[in-house]
Amino acid sequence: MALKTKTSTRIGVTILGWGIALWLFFPIFWMILTSFKSEVQAISTPPKLFFMPTLSSYGEVFERASYWHFALNTVIVSVGATAIAVALAVPAAYSMAFLPSKRTRGTLLWMLSTRMLPPVGVLVPIYLLARNTHLLDTCTGLAVVDMLTNLPIIVWMLYTFFREVPAPILEAGRMDGATRWQEMTMVLLPLALPGIASTALLSLILCWNEAFWSLNLTSSHAAPLTAFIASFSSPEGLFFGKLSAASTLAVAPILVFGWISQKQLVRGLTFGAVK
Amino acid sequence: MSRLKATRTAICTLALLLTGSALSSAEAAGTLTIATVNNGDMIVMRQLSSEFEKAHPDIHLNWVTLEENVLRQRVTTDIAMKTGQFDVVTIGNYEVPIWAKQGWLTEIKPDAAYDVNDILPTVRDSLTADGKLYALPFYAESVMTYYRKDLFQKAGLTMPDAPTYDQIRQFADKITDKTNQVYGICLRGKPGWGENMAYISSLANTFGAQWFDMSWKPTMTSDAWKATLNWYVSALKADGPPGATSNGFNENLALFASGHCGIWIDSTVAGGLLFDPKQSQVADKVGFAPSPKGPYGKGPTWLWSWSLAVPVSSHQSADAQTFITWATSKDYVKLVAAQKGWVAVPAGTRASTYAAPEYVKAAPFASFVLNAIKTADPNGPTAQPRPYTGAQFVGIPEFQAIGTQVGQTVAATLSDQMTVDQALTSAQASITRALRQSGRAR
Repeated sequence: MALKTKTSTRIGVTILGWGIALWLFFPIFWMILTSFKSEVQAISTPPKLFFMPTLSSYGEVFERASYWHFALNTVIVSVGATAIAVALAVPAAYSMAFLPSKRTRGTLLWMLSTRMLPPVGVLVPIYLLARNTHLLDTCTGLAVVDMLTNLPIIVWMLYTFFREVPAPILEAGRMDGATRWQEMTMVLLPLALPGIASTALLSLILCWNEAFWSLNLTSSHAAPLTAFIASFSSPEGLFFGKLSAASTLAVAPILVFGWISQKQLVRGLTFGAVK
Repeated sequence: MSRLKATRTAICTLALLLTGSALSSAEAAGTLTIATVNNGDMIVMRQLSSEFEKAHPDIHLNWVTLEENVLRQRVTTDIAMKTGQFDVVTIGNYEVPIWAKQGWLTEIKPDAAYDVNDILPTVRDSLTADGKLYALPFYAESVMTYYRKDLFQKAGLTMPDAPTYDQIRQFADKITDKTNQVYGICLRGKPGWGENMAYISSLANTFGAQWFDMSWKPTMTSDAWKATLNWYVSALKADGPPGATSNGFNENLALFASGHCGIWIDSTVAGGLLFDPKQSQVADKVGFAPSPKGPYGKGPTWLWSWSLAVPVSSHQSADAQTFITWATSKDYVKLVAAQKGWVAVPAGTRASTYAAPEYVKAAPFASFVLNAIKTADPNGPTAQPRPYTGAQFVGIPEFQAIGTQVGQTVAATLSDQMTVDQALTSAQASITRALRQSGRAR
């Protein structure tokens, strides 16, 4: 009886899991499908599931805009912002995890609270700062803003991961004469590498998909893929096929990257969950 | 040691990449940055701009294509903060007089060869403030009625030369066939000052309604506004497609082009798209008629033009004027005709375009559109005197916010969240508040 219940529960959970996964993936599936339709097929009612696929939307997207220029900007901004954020967050999280003061918790909460402000609330000051420092429409400017936006989350995640590392291991390092820097780079980082990798990956995805600052702080030189997608929306004319093709091209690299590194991501996110 | 070296190399590479990207943004002299929207005519202009660069080797063009509302926000920020990121901006005849008064736009002085008098007078006037021209029209549009000739024939109906809104409603009732997903009438329902309120403002004009009286007091609770909204809501509820509050220009274009609309009243620019078999499944079944008349019959009429202007913040004003003069010239029209065909030339701006027999042959609706634009009068008289100009918008800076807010209230009537009376009372209160806050009304 118990075995029967267990089997039926397992089947139920499996179906539920697949159902949720398909439900979440459906918009991406539909976007990819639409990218292979002509504009007339893309707007047909009822929507067509079976049709003669065409690459015309992709052809027009490549003809109208330089995809590689936008993609390169996205890579520079995402990798740059993530690298700087992790470089700053590791020592910050280290000190908070292993050398806490009475203000550590408050500082952590304060850092997180900056995420609660809608970005548009600080658009004017950030825009003026970028203008006055000649960082408008530069990858540097956008990378700095993306880095600052994601820093609180990265510090929080790394703090959580570092807390899972047993303090006696670090103490043993110190007993052997390791300096703080050596303790952090030679003992802590290798131990927390899965967590750091998954944090970096998450930051990379957040930077890749960031649209608000991209649209407001860049125009042509530093415009990333989110601006590339937005440029295919049209106030007068059919554009669903082309917009879907542009979106598919924009998400494809990070989707493939996430797919390849999913093991690392899951390992990192569950780091220390089971002792 | 080797790990440390690798880390250092990575940091240096990153720094170089970021610094390089920062340096690359420094604008080279002679590079014009053009902010535009992703409309068909703009795409053609971008494709043909290499011809301009060949003729002007010292001017390089840099394109920034943005979504319409993002474009407005970006350009407004750029001009107001004098950043100078854009040398040429694509704006409409709503913005031009307002921005010109703010001193944000450079006066345009084309030479004699440009033949400024060839631009249709109504369009030219809409881009003029205090007698000075502040933008050159790229293409222009008015409003017209599209209908399905086959559905009318099947129902034994004939579209009159000058239809009224009462007739349109009767026709829509007769051709609606919801079981086959054919809806008698499609109208803009998506909330927004440039979406549902563009159509509703135009509808209100011909019903004898207006936004404000001479003391800037809103008149939303008037009988004329009630009649306007009652017609709109009842027509869409009885004969419109489901989910009309999601339908803007593009959605209705898609519905009509895929055979789901019997009648559609909207911009003349849709003509070129609906008659194009590549984009429309009903290309051979489309009929057209003037915009219907309401009980008042007169009133200001819809006129919109996408135009190119040079912000005062541009550091390369002379080159920018050279470009916009080229992009709106007679020679440019001829270039488009030669490269893309006459049907692709920008419509509604130049009399010489409509005088070309090739264009009239390629675009069966050409003379109709010409007449609609020539007779469009956004400054025409409303039933009572009014303190503002504009037909499908009110030519004041506050209108973007007011129009969108009222648009949301109107959309609520379509989804049965409010009655027409409640919506108008609510709109009256919100407009009064907005105008008090801006200091325009006491």
